Amino acid sequence: MRAYEDWVIEAETKGLKISGVILQDQIEELEQSEEALMQRMSTNLKVMRESVAAGLIGERRSLSGLVGGDAVKVESYRKNGASLVGEVMSGAISKALAVAEINACMGKIVAAPTAGSCGVLPAVLLAVEESRQVSEKELLLALFTAAGLGMILAERASVSGAEGGCQAEIGSAAAMAAAAAVELAGGSPRQTADAAAIAMKSMLGLVCDPVGGLVEVPCVKRNATGATIALAAAEMALAGVKSAIPIDEVIDTMGEIGKQMPCSLKETAQGGLAVTPTGRRIRADFL
Amino acid sequence: MSKSNVFDLLGPIMVGPSSSHTAGAVRLGVMARKILGEEPVEGTIILHGSFAKTGKGHGTNLALVAGLLGMNPDDERIPDSLKIAQERGLNFSFKTGDLGDVHPNSVKFDLISKTKGQVQVTGSSVGGGTIVIQEINGFQVEIKGDYPTLVILHQDIPGVVAQVTLLLTTAQINIARMLVSREKRGAQALMVLETDQQIDEAVLGLLRKLPKINQALAIEPL
Repeated sequence: MRAYEDWVIEAETKGLKISGVILQDQIEELEQSEEALMQRMSTNLKVMRESVAAGLIGERRSLSGLVGGDAVKVESYRKNGASLVGEVMSGAISKALAVAEINACMGKIVAAPTAGSCGVLPAVLLAVEESRQVSEKELLLALFTAAGLGMILAERASVSGAEGGCQAEIGSAAAMAAAAAVELAGGSPRQTADAAAIAMKSMLGLVCDPVGGLVEVPCVKRNATGATIALAAAEMALAGVKSAIPIDEVIDTMGEIGKQMPCSLKETAQGGLAVTPTGRRIRADFL
Repeated sequence: MSKSNVFDLLGPIMVGPSSSHTAGAVRLGVMARKILGEEPVEGTIILHGSFAKTGKGHGTNLALVAGLLGMNPDDERIPDSLKIAQERGLNFSFKTGDLGDVHPNSVKFDLISKTKGQVQVTGSSVGGGTIVIQEINGFQVEIKGDYPTLVILHQDIPGVVAQVTLLLTTAQINIARMLVSREKRGAQALMVLETDQQIDEAVLGLLRKLPKINQALAIEPL
């Protein structure tokens, strides 16, 4: 089984960023040129930008009527100068809501790693892009770093709510976004690992309890809070804070906890928020 | 989960809301259609586990049928798939059931084609939009749709496997993964070959002419 640690060591040894190591690996694995892989990733980035833009228009509502319009609220709040948490954090929140709302409305998004968690990564990276000078190429490379961690998550644990709860989806997305944000902001390979570990540690045990069986409540807002956890983790790592438990062990732990979770809390809508009085009422109304 | 690549985790580009219950479901439908070899006119779809329980909110039924109709996960007509199926005169019904010790997102298709071909396919959506086909007509397989795949039904006697691999060698087609399994000795057997190169019509035609081959099917990667 592969380990993220191997990539950190390879990056340090060769004087590369994590994205450099991942790109080399994938050129060999997929038998495609660097240009072809960057082109493919560029298509993903394009759809991510489009889904953010679409969500920030805020005209769509989901079939159930439960979600829609919150991204616009947060964006307006920020634009009016009232933001409590500051530009980067607030921008990430509104973007995450935007993409997650588009997803809930059966709009087009990029799964990263899943559709339920599609808001986290674009929100974090595009919020960082707004706040500092980064090139399109650096953004694309950061996506490779995110995807590289994603592979380890999928191989060692899970990226599926039905298998590992929300820790496997939003948790994974947050860890991926944290690593990517660190690289984008000029952090070291080791710091990407620390950020990912810190983010995932804050997500352990998070259940998948979708109200009405929809990907709306609490999924949309978890994309927003997941993005903020990713940013907090990246901030700590960039400041030199280290994770006490290394990333691969944290990932394995997520997998283990997922196996121990009852099915009622793994995307069956039979536990957690899905069975609150309000949750049951929403389900009855929708069905 | 076995080895993945970056685009398994960043991607697919898809219509929401769920990569496992929507995009993965579309892909399962597409694979089932490819295994049948043509558009199904009739079918029973059995949903298991989380697919059965949260399917409605994730548009799983819509997605499975969209796949059977040949749509891709980013096709914006997915929300209308049931309507489109009806317009085409196709007849699909849904049930929930226990498919045993499988992934919580699993489905069994029982499909019939216009030419009375029939196939039973069981598959799972294992996260992030990736899928695995685990059973074809009672044979255990493990097809992910990431390689061109040859599925060959044949009689279980010495020499059949060798003839197939020899033909592929002559056509300069390299085998990446291969599986052989059988009902019982000497009876029906199944060969699944995942190859590095595409299998064109000419090669497929030659394969079908080999002795003791009952059926040969080439599935393009997803």
